[in-house]
Amino acid sequence: MTPAIPILEARRLTRELPGPVPVTLVRDIDLTVAAGEFVAITGPSGSGKSSLLYLLGLLDTPSSGDVLVDGLPTVGIPDNPLADLRLSRFGFVFQFHFLLPEFSARDNVEIPMRRLGLLGTGEIRDRAEFLLETLGLAEHAHKLPEQMSGGQRQRVAVARALANDPAIILADEPTGNLDTKSAENVFSLFRQLASDQGRAVVVVTHDTELAARADRRIHLVDGRIVP
Amino acid sequence: MATPLGLAIAARHLSHRRRQTVTSLLGVALGVAFFIAIASMMQGFQQDFVNRIIDSSPHVTIKDEFRTPPRQPVENVYPDAVIQLRGLKPRDEVRGLRGARAIIAALEQLPGLKVAPTLAGNALLRYGPKDSSVNVIGIVPDKERLVTKLEKDLIAGKLEGLYTAANGIILGEGVAQKAGIGMDDLVTVVSPEGVVLRMKVVGIFRSGLTVTDNFDTYMLMKKAQVLQNRPNVINRVRIRMDDVEQAQPLARKIEARFGYRTESWQEQSSNVLGIFVIQNVIMYSTVGAILIVACFGIFNVISTVVFEKTKDIGILKSMGFRDADIRRIFVYEGLMVGSIGVVMGWALGFGLVEFMGSLHFKMEGFVRAEGLVLYKSAKHYVISGAMGLTASTFAAWLPARRASRLKPVDIVRGAA
Ligand SMILES: Nc1ncnc2c1ncn2[C@@H]1O[C@H](COP(=O)(O)OP(=O)(O)O)[C@@H](O)[C@H]1O
Ligand SMILES: [Mg+2]
Repeated sequence: MTPAIPILEARRLTRELPGPVPVTLVRDIDLTVAAGEFVAITGPSGSGKSSLLYLLGLLDTPSSGDVLVDGLPTVGIPDNPLADLRLSRFGFVFQFHFLLPEFSARDNVEIPMRRLGLLGTGEIRDRAEFLLETLGLAEHAHKLPEQMSGGQRQRVAVARALANDPAIILADEPTGNLDTKSAENVFSLFRQLASDQGRAVVVVTHDTELAARADRRIHLVDGRIVP
Repeated sequence: MATPLGLAIAARHLSHRRRQTVTSLLGVALGVAFFIAIASMMQGFQQDFVNRIIDSSPHVTIKDEFRTPPRQPVENVYPDAVIQLRGLKPRDEVRGLRGARAIIAALEQLPGLKVAPTLAGNALLRYGPKDSSVNVIGIVPDKERLVTKLEKDLIAGKLEGLYTAANGIILGEGVAQKAGIGMDDLVTVVSPEGVVLRMKVVGIFRSGLTVTDNFDTYMLMKKAQVLQNRPNVINRVRIRMDDVEQAQPLARKIEARFGYRTESWQEQSSNVLGIFVIQNVIMYSTVGAILIVACFGIFNVISTVVFEKTKDIGILKSMGFRDADIRRIFVYEGLMVGSIGVVMGWALGFGLVEFMGSLHFKMEGFVRAEGLVLYKSAKHYVISGAMGLTASTFAAWLPARRASRLKPVDIVRGAA
């Protein structure tokens, strides 16, 4: 089996916040994630896990180094194509669900698809309902976020992240606010997304027990990878 | 969710903060409604005023004056002279239109014109202990009735009274009221030339134009010539036209041909027409001010939404919304408030105009009127709509731009 081009790759990735006392968020990160791989990022609070994830997700611009998506460097890509790349290739799940409070669960899941505009209105609705059903939320499709529990909201957020069928899923402590059972559910879901659907999944987590179930663990301390 | 995505998000934002949205809607609506109401009132008044002028005053007046002082003989002899003679007094022209009869005869040949000669001057009207200064206008009643609406304006007496009474005079209503003069009263008229006539009031008129009613009096041409001690002199020729728009060209033609200063009704009323311009400026600034306040309202709502929706903006941008998509959402919000506000304002303005139309009261300013004369025009709706939409879009633009420039990483980092 020839090694495939890694779908997501960080090369000597460094991010510093400029200022009178510059803060280094991450330094010299080298990392490759292949399709179907489930990578967990662990580390103490403040070690730069989130910062790394934002860089990998093209939400932040590195001070030096580069992030390669499908083998292509992304530094220097203008804002609009970068946004389009996020729209079609990435799915984000954050610790806080970030659902739009005025929209129902289904509407929230539809938003990325409507922005992408590849599917018709009916197909978009069907897919949104299908995703919610997969996540066990079929009967909650019409509820507003405030009418749902924390675990349900987070699963809606996962459904939204999957809406445009992204090759890369990035999640920042997605189970941080959940009870053990919900956390377990969401984590198994990520596990499946990698193993069964061949997506590249990178999850930041505190939970060493969950992290143990990843294909690979990366431990950060003070913005650097430690073995 | 068949509407465009940005529009759907904008609509949800607004419908979830109803009170603020309604407040800014009202701002726009009031601005638009006031514009429509004030514009129809002002323009109604102005048109009414112009109509009254056109109706009651001559359309063209030939005066016994020259627009530029006549050339002096010395200038004719040395046309390009460098030396200037000082202290030259213009040769005293015998006041009056020379060849007036020929001028009138020539004008009467033209189609669509009615011509009446007058001799206008000042006099003192004496009644009991009261002296009032008045304009004395000598007329030929048979011609006058074709040129002005004096006859129609009479509220007492008849124009023929001038012929039948030995020394008849017609007074403006204001003149009569101020001095307490009634029909058939005898008044004394004293001219600057020192001629004194005892005259009988044979008519009182009300034109509705305050200045006219308070100062003008009419008598036979012959009597006026005696009073002014200017036998056979005519100093004004008044012309009424079928087509009032031709007044200015006709005035220019007459002046070019006969040399005498000839004024169209527009020129004679230029001071009032100038006031109208000022009125319109005031109207536009008032409405502009209301709309600016409305703008602040919109700016306020949308800024608040942007502030409250920072997290949403962050997630939308991180999932791949472009800056322009975000900006569009908030500009849509301004446009929605603007267009709904404009439509509400149209309805309100329409109602206001109808309400004002139903009012009846007496007032006296430039003109005397009962109730408001209103001018209703689709143009007012178009202008106010355009102003309302422009203002609300502009008010939304600034917060929209701010929203579009937010960095998703700052939001996500801060909120997580
Ligand atoms: N905007 C910022 N200004 C200053 N320091 C920051 C900022 N963002 C993050 N940091 C600091 O950078 C470090 C890494 O933060 P973060 O990536 O959020 O860590 P983690 O997600 O591992 O808790 C922390 O020490 C944090 O305090
Ligand atoms: Mg973190």
